[in-house]
Amino acid sequence: MSRTQPTDPAAIAVPAARPAPSAGALAVEATAVSRIFPVRKGASVTALDNVSLSVAPGEFVSLIGPSGCGKSTLLRLIADLDAPTSGNITVFGKPARQARIDQDYGIAFQQAGLLPWRTVAGNIELPLELHGTGKAARRARAAELIALVGLSDFADNYPDQLSGGMQQRVAIARSLAESPSLLLMDEPFGALDEMTRERMQNELVRICGETSAAVVFVTHSIPEAVFLSDRVVVLEPRPGRIRDVLTVSLGDPAGRGENLREDEGFFHAVSQVRELLHGPGVAGARGVETR
Amino acid sequence: MRPGSIAAPGVLRTVIPPVLLGLVAILLWQGAVTYFAIKPFILPGPFQIGEQFSANLQNVANGMLVTGRNALIGLLIGSLLGILAAIVASVLRVADEMAAPIIAAIAVVPIVALAPVLYTMFGAGAETARQIVAGLAVFVPVYFNTLKGLRQVSPVHRDLMRSYAASSRQATRTVTLPTALPYVFTGLRIASSLAVISALIAEYFGGPVGGLGKSITSSASSSNYGLAWAYVLGSILLGLLFYSAALGLEKLVGRRIPGS
Repeated sequence: MSRTQPTDPAAIAVPAARPAPSAGALAVEATAVSRIFPVRKGASVTALDNVSLSVAPGEFVSLIGPSGCGKSTLLRLIADLDAPTSGNITVFGKPARQARIDQDYGIAFQQAGLLPWRTVAGNIELPLELHGTGKAARRARAAELIALVGLSDFADNYPDQLSGGMQQRVAIARSLAESPSLLLMDEPFGALDEMTRERMQNELVRICGETSAAVVFVTHSIPEAVFLSDRVVVLEPRPGRIRDVLTVSLGDPAGRGENLREDEGFFHAVSQVRELLHGPGVAGARGVETR
Repeated sequence: MRPGSIAAPGVLRTVIPPVLLGLVAILLWQGAVTYFAIKPFILPGPFQIGEQFSANLQNVANGMLVTGRNALIGLLIGSLLGILAAIVASVLRVADEMAAPIIAAIAVVPIVALAPVLYTMFGAGAETARQIVAGLAVFVPVYFNTLKGLRQVSPVHRDLMRSYAASSRQATRTVTLPTALPYVFTGLRIASSLAVISALIAEYFGGPVGGLGKSITSSASSSNYGLAWAYVLGSILLGLLFYSAALGLEKLVGRRIPGS
């Protein structure tokens, strides 16, 4: 990140992912986290109630649940965009705030949130620019990421010239700009049509395989959660609690492709998550062995 | 994919109808003046105005220069103060609340009404009073629009800046100011015509001769109605010049902002 610009191409090659700041530490560790939003005098909404969750380095974890279950709140707490009312969150062994300041994570939201007055390349360079990366290194990194998300022909286009799916790909490229070892994604494909969505999921699996970053992924699509994740965390609303955690073992990311969606194991996992989501109402659902 | 390359037939189709309409209106006007033998002190014909305009082109141009200069100085100073005040108000909530009644007062006072007072303050031989009147008139729309623009940062951009641990200075430069820019230019567009109108009207209340406003009143009082209207034509041209310049800037800046 020095001002001197590297001329050796190897010097600006992408590191797969920065090594986790303190070796052996969990990517995310939330301990007994609660978040209570005061509504008006006396009244309050408990968005999260005593939630504990850990994410190992390189692990893909989805948070799924109905609206109001606090899944986005939990993600915002991990990102230190909001602070827990009680409980403790560490990211790579440090407090969430420190991890944010140290830029240990990349983040993508449901809205792409691109700056409309910057080109695709300019948007991807934004975090690098803010953190003082030299111009040449920035250019090179942006070009690599643009190629990674398959938008090489659009580097100089402005966001309003791109489709929703393309904008979201730019946002994902931007979140990867500093090779974070943790990616936080808040329904990044929520606003896309089903076909674009499945294509984006395939790409995300591929990108995650290449970068080996840990991912916390908020969604309310069951197949999406199952397709992408190593573990699916099912939350329940009012108050937001973890109902259950399902370990999905559908093989390593490199092997996941279109065929997986037709796979027996995939359907089985989808119906397991569905039963967990519909919870206490469905007789016997509680008894399903998930581990 | 970029806008701006409009096909020639489109230009013809958008330009020709208003020009035709204008020509028809001028001919009807001239016809009515001639047919009904309307006295020139009531309404001179457009040909007479055109004659006077071309015969006195130098005088009209000088008037436009004097009034235009006052309007421009007022526009620059008023905008600068308006933008600075808006930035202060957006950063300090207290400043915003303290300033609100004063700004409202400036907004409702008919600013040209201050002209006579200002002439006594700065001397009837100086243009200062007119420039201040123009500046005050400009300040209000620029202030309100800029302040609104500075508050338009979308929540997702705010979250993004926080996730990047960007300093408030960085966030202002990369997100807040570019978001506000189109609003600032909308304010400037409104202000540009106000500046010309205010500088011109202020001349009616005294001060040195030479500007368009003074020339209109003096031609009218010496029964030179054609010339008075020629100066009015000059004022219209000056106002259009300011407005189109501001509009051009606004379009240039607003190109990449959705919804503008």
